[in-house]
Amino acid sequence: MIRLSQVKKSFGDNHVLRGIDLEIARGESMVVIGGSGTGKSVVLKCILGLMTPEAGMIEVGGQDVSRVSRDAFLARFGMLFQASALFDSLPVWQNVAFRLLRGAQKRPKAEARAIALTKLRRVGLGPEVAERLPAELSGGMQKRVGLARAIAADPEIIFFDEPTTGLDPIMAGVINDLIREIVTEMGATAVTITHDMSSVRAIADRVAMLHHGKIRWAGPVSEIDQAGDPYLDQFINGRAEGPIETLR
Amino acid sequence: MIRALAWLGRLTLGLIAALGRMTLFVLEVFSHLFRPPWYPREFGNAVMSVGWQSLPVVGLTALFTGGALALQIYSGGARFSAEAVVPQIVAIGMVRELGPVLVGLMIAARVTSSIAAEIATMKVTEQIDALVTLSTHPMKYLTLPRVLAATLTVPVLVGIGDVIGIFGGYVVGVYRLGFNAAGYLQNTVDFLEALDILSSLAKGAVFGALAGLAGCYYGLNSARGAMGVGRATKSGVVAAAVLILAANFVLTEVFFSA
Ligand SMILES: Nc1ncnc2c1ncn2[C@@H]1O[C@H](COP(=O)(O)OP(=O)(O)OP(=O)(O)O)[C@@H](O)[C@H]1O
Ligand SMILES: [Mg+2]
Repeated sequence: MIRLSQVKKSFGDNHVLRGIDLEIARGESMVVIGGSGTGKSVVLKCILGLMTPEAGMIEVGGQDVSRVSRDAFLARFGMLFQASALFDSLPVWQNVAFRLLRGAQKRPKAEARAIALTKLRRVGLGPEVAERLPAELSGGMQKRVGLARAIAADPEIIFFDEPTTGLDPIMAGVINDLIREIVTEMGATAVTITHDMSSVRAIADRVAMLHHGKIRWAGPVSEIDQAGDPYLDQFINGRAEGPIETLR
Repeated sequence: MIRALAWLGRLTLGLIAALGRMTLFVLEVFSHLFRPPWYPREFGNAVMSVGWQSLPVVGLTALFTGGALALQIYSGGARFSAEAVVPQIVAIGMVRELGPVLVGLMIAARVTSSIAAEIATMKVTEQIDALVTLSTHPMKYLTLPRVLAATLTVPVLVGIGDVIGIFGGYVVGVYRLGFNAAGYLQNTVDFLEALDILSSLAKGAVFGALAGLAGCYYGLNSARGAMGVGRATKSGVVAAAVLILAANFVLTEVFFSA
């Protein structure tokens, strides 16, 4: 479904991605882990075309993403941004229903609103938040609105950038279940970035670990404990000692 | 010496590059005028915030300027006993020059700054990226409605500003300087030509377009963080003001050099 080969991206002399090779199958839930600042969010933005890599090739469904028609391409995607990125001039329900209120997937307002309320309920938010502005919500609530917006138009491919960061453990559990459901019930392909190992185990079919601009390890979630990779080991066990340098 | 030359060269190249980027930006904005989808609601909101909500500040600016202008012309005219020309000079000064320029500068302060800050904030909080992933083109959804609203409403504001400015001169002329009320108005109406009014409104349209474009351009090209937003806003206002004043000179030359 999604294939990255030798993708490179730098900002000035900050070489963030140094040749990423990654393959994600249709209907699979891939979780990307890796230290803060290793370029996980940048990978998602490159796939979506929000950033252009300097080298390498990204294919989605066998097509080179730099050559596809942008509108049709993006209509297949849903994206939850790390900082939610809600439109602060629009009330919550219009954020969620944004795609359903204009453009190719436009529907009647009442229907769009009903869909928005359903999606909000799925992320644990009641109808009372629908008319509020994003600035009136807590960070965790904003994140869930962002999640509802990402899944509102039932996309084929969904990217979640840290969906459970800032949520309480119970709500994090609800969101993990939701992501799992979207993949198994709707057959969507999901790529999730997370730092939370319990999320990794709950969501992932496969796991990829990013380190120093490359995919350090990729494989089924069942194998992460026996992989024998010292970097991966250090990361999943959260040890300060190990091959990954920490400045202290 | 060499270093100074190199610096001058870099500056010139940088300016030319910036001009090129802005020209491309302008062409892109207006190309979306002919390509759907359009967002009429966004346009309506922009008309309200650019046009309607600017009325008070435009009215006050014009009123006080018209009044002050009348006083200046009266006392200046007295030096060669030409006090009687107050109505004519106020009319021509307001309509041809001060109306469009002052309204343009007020729009640069009020509208360019708010457009630049809003769009820059959207950029640094990834709302622009979110817009793109939701299959919505920022140029169509953000830029075109604002630029179009500014281009169409600022001439109206200028027209209103002209009238209020003349009215300010009239009030001062009649109640302070002792002009005859009916005579003042008659002189104003007789003196103004169609070209004066046309040039005033045309300047308004150009200044509005420049104010909208500068706000959107600097907003969309904002650097990251709060500092990026601040810098985008400042650059947008400065660019709009300078472009408006430069355009004013060029347009005055075009309309009245003959
Ligand atoms: N627009 C940008 N301009 C300049 N540098 C950037 C930009 N976006 C990201 N970077 C840099 O790229 C690197 C990776 O950023 P990225 O946001 O992908 O990290 P991440 O792996 O998602 O980290 P985190 O887990 O903290 O979210 C960072 O060093 C960051 O400074
Ligand atoms: Mg990130």
